[in-house]
Amino acid sequence: MAAHLKKRVYEEFTKVVQQQHEDLSTKKLRLTKPSKSAALHVDLCKATSPADALQYLLQFARKPVEVESVEGVVRILLEHYYKENDASVRLKIASLLGLLSKTAGFSPDCIMDDAINTLQNEKSHQVLAQLLDTLLVIGTKLPENPSVRMRLVEVACKHLTDSSHGVRNKCLQLIGCLGPVEKGVAKEAESQAAKDVQKIIGDHFNDQDPRVRTAAIKAMLQLHERGLKLQQAIYSQACKLLADDYEQVRSAAVQLIWVLSQLYPESIVPIPSSNEEIRLVDDAFGKICHMVSDGSWVVRVQAAKLLGSMQQVSSHFLEQTLDKKLMSDLRRKRTAHERAKELYSSGEFSSGRKWGDDAPKEEIDTGAVNLIESGACGAFVHGLEDEMYEVRIAAVEALCMLAQSSPSFAEKCLDFLVDMFNDEIEEVRLQSIHTMRKISHNITLREDQLDTVLAVLEDSSRDIREALHELLCCTNVSTKEGIHLALVELLKNLTKYPTDRESIWKCLKFLGSRHPTLVLPLVPELLSTHPFFDTPEPDMDDPAYIAVLVLIFNAAKSCPTMPALFSDHTFRHYTYLRDSLSHLVPPLRLPGRKVVSSAVSPSITPHEDPSEQFLHQSLERVYNFQHLDPRGIQELLEFTIRDLQRLGELQSELAGMADFTATYLQCQLLLIKALQEKLWNVAAPLYLKQNALASAAAKQILEETYKMEFMYSGVESRQVVIIHHMRLQAKALQLIVTARTTRGVEPLFGMCEKFLQEVDSFQRCFISELPHMQGSFVDKLLDLMPRLVTSKPSEVVKILQTTLRQSTFLHLPLPEQLHRATANIIEPTGESDNPLRFTSGLVVALDVDATLEHVQDPQGTVKVQVLYPDGQAQLIHPKPADFRNPGPGRHRLITQVYLSHTAWTEPCQIEVRLLLAYNSNRSKASTRIPKSTWSESLEALPPSENGIEGTIPFSKPVKVYIMPKPARR
Amino acid sequence: LGFFAVVCAGAGQDVGRSCILVSIAGKNVMLDCGMHMGYNDDRRFPDFSYITQNGRLTDFLDCVIISHFHLDHCGALPYFSEMVGYDGPIYMTHPTKAICPILLEDYRKITVDKKGETNFFTSQMIKDCMKKVVAVHLHQTVQVDEELEIKAYYAGHVLGAAMFQIKVGCESVVYTGDYNMTPDRHLGAAWIDKCRPDLLITESTYATTIRDSKRCRERDFLKKVHETVERGGKVLIPVFALGRAQELCILLETFWERMNLKAPIYFSTGLTEKANHYYKLFITWTNQKIRKTFVQRNMFEFKHIKAFDRAFADNPGPMVVFATPGMLHAGQSLQIFRKWAGNEKNMVIMPGYCVQGTVGHKILSGQRKLEMEGRQILEVKMQVEYMSFSAHADAKGIMQLIRQAEPRNVLLVHGEAKKMEFLKQKIEQEFHVSCFMPANGETTTIVTNPCIPVDISLGLLKRETAIGPVPDAKKPKLMHGTLLMKDNSFRLVSSEQALKELGLAEHQLRFTCRVHIQDPRKEHETVLRVYNHLKGILKDYSVQHLPDGSITVESILIQATAHSEDQGTKVLLVSWTYQDEELGSYLTSLLKKGLPQSTP
Repeated sequence: MAAHLKKRVYEEFTKVVQQQHEDLSTKKLRLTKPSKSAALHVDLCKATSPADALQYLLQFARKPVEVESVEGVVRILLEHYYKENDASVRLKIASLLGLLSKTAGFSPDCIMDDAINTLQNEKSHQVLAQLLDTLLVIGTKLPENPSVRMRLVEVACKHLTDSSHGVRNKCLQLIGCLGPVEKGVAKEAESQAAKDVQKIIGDHFNDQDPRVRTAAIKAMLQLHERGLKLQQAIYSQACKLLADDYEQVRSAAVQLIWVLSQLYPESIVPIPSSNEEIRLVDDAFGKICHMVSDGSWVVRVQAAKLLGSMQQVSSHFLEQTLDKKLMSDLRRKRTAHERAKELYSSGEFSSGRKWGDDAPKEEIDTGAVNLIESGACGAFVHGLEDEMYEVRIAAVEALCMLAQSSPSFAEKCLDFLVDMFNDEIEEVRLQSIHTMRKISHNITLREDQLDTVLAVLEDSSRDIREALHELLCCTNVSTKEGIHLALVELLKNLTKYPTDRESIWKCLKFLGSRHPTLVLPLVPELLSTHPFFDTPEPDMDDPAYIAVLVLIFNAAKSCPTMPALFSDHTFRHYTYLRDSLSHLVPPLRLPGRKVVSSAVSPSITPHEDPSEQFLHQSLERVYNFQHLDPRGIQELLEFTIRDLQRLGELQSELAGMADFTATYLQCQLLLIKALQEKLWNVAAPLYLKQNALASAAAKQILEETYKMEFMYSGVESRQVVIIHHMRLQAKALQLIVTARTTRGVEPLFGMCEKFLQEVDSFQRCFISELPHMQGSFVDKLLDLMPRLVTSKPSEVVKILQTTLRQSTFLHLPLPEQLHRATANIIEPTGESDNPLRFTSGLVVALDVDATLEHVQDPQGTVKVQVLYPDGQAQLIHPKPADFRNPGPGRHRLITQVYLSHTAWTEPCQIEVRLLLAYNSNRSKASTRIPKSTWSESLEALPPSENGIEGTIPFSKPVKVYIMPKPARR
Repeated sequence: LGFFAVVCAGAGQDVGRSCILVSIAGKNVMLDCGMHMGYNDDRRFPDFSYITQNGRLTDFLDCVIISHFHLDHCGALPYFSEMVGYDGPIYMTHPTKAICPILLEDYRKITVDKKGETNFFTSQMIKDCMKKVVAVHLHQTVQVDEELEIKAYYAGHVLGAAMFQIKVGCESVVYTGDYNMTPDRHLGAAWIDKCRPDLLITESTYATTIRDSKRCRERDFLKKVHETVERGGKVLIPVFALGRAQELCILLETFWERMNLKAPIYFSTGLTEKANHYYKLFITWTNQKIRKTFVQRNMFEFKHIKAFDRAFADNPGPMVVFATPGMLHAGQSLQIFRKWAGNEKNMVIMPGYCVQGTVGHKILSGQRKLEMEGRQILEVKMQVEYMSFSAHADAKGIMQLIRQAEPRNVLLVHGEAKKMEFLKQKIEQEFHVSCFMPANGETTTIVTNPCIPVDISLGLLKRETAIGPVPDAKKPKLMHGTLLMKDNSFRLVSSEQALKELGLAEHQLRFTCRVHIQDPRKEHETVLRVYNHLKGILKDYSVQHLPDGSITVESILIQATAHSEDQGTKVLLVSWTYQDEELGSYLTSLLKKGLPQSTP
């Protein structure tokens, strides 16, 4: 039997390899066999009219052509091409040529000559353009052939004088894509025709057709993308194009100017009509700014976007973009921003209730007013006031990028960003809030600005409010009034939208820890303490009170004088909150309070260290004492697992790490336990019960390994290999258990074979990691591989059993960062006693709102599961648009789940939970393997080997009370 | 050189009574037909007798264009068409056509019913007048007659406001009406393509103002309203029924929606309901946001804004009321104001300019005690706010529009002379175009450089472009052909075709010229020398030496004979046809220079 098996296995492997070789060798031979082409030829000859021929060609184009017969088909087509009088048929043939030369594996150099020849006698402009397109395809397929490219470029240059715009268009495109990029090549080829592609393309910047002008600029950009350094001389040409009549031209020209400004930022250009000179990047910046008030919104968007990436521009120019001189009746007026600032600095808070408060003051010299500023003046002022929200968003993004690189600019643009919080389109508001968050490290909010920012807290859109909370988390506030204002507004928000509770608490946590000194003077007021009288103890369950406490405790962390101001109940509340909301309340050093000081060890050091140390120590203990007696090992494992789990609960920073290792140890424990079973020593049939235990263990290990692989973000290949190894062991265990319990050998064949394949694929996947796995199960197994493949299943099982027992426990290295994917369903809360009533047979929409943390690619993996009481389960794939991304590593799922059921007599609860779908094909292991070696064979592998799909529940289920009523007749 | 004339019958160096007459390439167009709010006598309407001393207006005017529904742009229309008498077409956009009669009727009511004037137009006249109106769409080119065409562009300002391009042949004028270059809550920004008109007639209300960003003003407004409402106060916003009122409604409506506010907002009824209805209909004329979201919800279907009833003014609790008229001089807004003025929690927001003498102006200038009718003294304790929401382009906006349109001349109307002066100077300085600012009745003549289109047959065009070097797109090119002027059209045809068409026989025109050359040699030797000489110089031409002793250069014949008197002088006879004039004269001048000294 084993011999048979071995033979089969061997045959399998060797065959695959051989076939591949055959494929390679036979390819050449089959090339000339014109099976398909013959049919086409017959068809084309049969065609009586051009319309017929066109029909045949259209049909032909729908079917794919094998690599071998491409050349034949091309020959037939070309033959027909020369005979054909009708331009439309020739056009189709030309396009087919292009399609065919795209065929993977086909090298089109053999048909290039013919294609070029066809160009010679062609009269129709459309066909010419199509042929050039075909040549472009051919050219791009032959990247390592400069001479071919040179030739094609020459052909294109020849046709540049064509009178049709289409042909010129294609020529320019071809030159752009294939033109020589390295200077050296160009020099060599100069003997044939001194061709400077840049000059040729540049000559067409003045073409009479706007489409050709656009194509010329695009070709230039293409050259740039391919690595050719554009000449600075183009700059002046491009500047002229900015005044073009056509928007595509202007749009492309803006891009070209941007490219040039990045290439030559420091070179000096003269200012026309004066003899001054400025840096090129400044000049370009001014020009692009000018385009922000272009007539076409496409150009405006383009210009606004590009402004953001011009960071080398000098600050003087940059700050002009926010400049707008106001006047009224020729007298200078101050902007609202300036007035607000002045009020603030004069210490007076917004009076602004008089008519003529904004009355213009000084006279302006009429000669000095420049109504159309050439250059950057007010570009962003215009962009942010634009009619189209696309332009406004682009402008906000650009502001963000520029402000990130320039703190002084960030300070200046603040007023404008704050203004954008009142935009009419929500997207723009959201974008500006996000922008503000990104630049918050550069800025400090003035009180009046803060006031405007906080006004948005009442927005009815949850996204806006949460974005704003995020923003407040990292905002610097300048005064204690500011903090007070923020707190008051946040509490107002809390009463209006109680669902924002968590987010507001978190916001206050950061607000407190960032501004301890500003919070300090507010403490008596906030806690409403009084020097002489005792005040009533506030309600501990009031979210608003908790919010205040969160602010204060976080401030107290770095302000040791603060606790002195607390009253007795505050300390009690502290201990309570420290326990119940440990992620919001930091450990405090409260002198003289025994209750508190015991919570934190007196010799305080940064607290991550000891726990992390503890984690590593406990792990080391496990790894070091693995040669203990079985009982000891088991106990040690059990204790360590318990410790780790508790550690994970206590230390949220280490939760991922601790859980991960605990799971791994759990797997190992299960494995050891399973192997300790007595059934191994006794004849199989007698111990059916125990092996149920063993097989359950195997199953659980499998599940756990999937969890380990897919639920944690930050898992590296070093861990993946260990996980896979563990899984392999589980599978071996499964095989052994089955072998023990089933009679007959037939089913075993399949299993053994599958197992061996898995070992093999393991070896292939992780070949680089194998040296690190000395003495492990797989290491030993691979040593025995030749023996395994030759032996019978029963022997295989025996070998497996022994290796499994003897193999050592692999050390699990810990990655730098490890986070467990978690999900928390915020809505539905599951507390409602009112059932959701709906007519049976119809659907009801259930709003689901959940936060996801550390989930990679949630759009693809997160599913919603609904479990009905009758055991029916429904899996819902949320739309990609339902996922928001409020911060790095965090996602938010806001979706609607449609429920429906037949009528019930009584309301009942359904369960809603989130699942993480995985597919081992997509596994991290396979994506890490370099593509060249593996991607092709991956497809060839049978799906059963790799494609295990499954789901892991990763949120607590929430119960929803529903009641489908029978439909009324 | 062509030219056309512009006369301002109204709005020349003045705001109000917009009426501009343009005479372009023989066509007479009247732009806007407005009334002046400052006068109650004959001066309120433009002087139409100026247009024709005696004779029917219809014969003289080719069309009338109305830019938008404000009365200073369309108020005199029924008077003009029904009482003075005009039967030609009147063009306006669809929303203008819809809303204009409502306002005219309102205007009529106030003048006739309230002020008791007679000899004013009647409701029937308004209806008859509207029957003469042709509605146009944006960017639709309307052919008024065979030569005159007009085209509307979006102008912002109010619903349905448009700028018009008037074009005859290749001469064109753009009239902006009133426009706004910054978008607001319900309308977009004015836009025009690079149409390069000969003349741009633009309003210049805010010629000397550069405005602050709209957002600040909006935010202030909302903040003030919000604060008052939160305090439990009442807010009164006196508005005119159309235009700004809708913008403020949208602003408050969206704010209420966003902030989840519950306090009621009321809008005093009347005119507005009808008008709001039209705002709902003409969604395409509004801004991007309203256009994009109207499928889910039409922004003008207000959720929070309800019709006002007199009794509501006494209701307790916060509320916001929009009431007409805008300057607090009479009507509902004044009634409500009197009720609320005593409470310092309340607030009145004046969203626009107030004429002197009105209650609005008084309270804005800080007066706290007002004398009402019957010697009552009203103490104003409520807060008074001023908030400017104007929808005209500011100086920058005007410049921006000029930059977009690239006109060859600019003419300023609808503004004050002093302010225009400044803008004029700026326009001339920055764009280097001439700028005019005529007073009423002053004629401005604009000199244009009209282009005259000439048809050319494709065959001739191809033949001619094929000769010589590749044509450079932007350079003029010389062509040969015959210009035929027939039935008011110009055609360029080849000479053969021209002959055929005119039924003329072709005449050969030959020039002959004698050139004397001192050459003592024999004739055929001279010929040979000439031949060699020419061959050496004219490398690109075919130079042949014929057996009969003559030389041809292309089709030019050169023969040499000895001079009858002086054998040492040879006479070269050069003969060429008219077509070869260029080459022929070149040859003669070449030969006149003499032959080079023969090399031994």
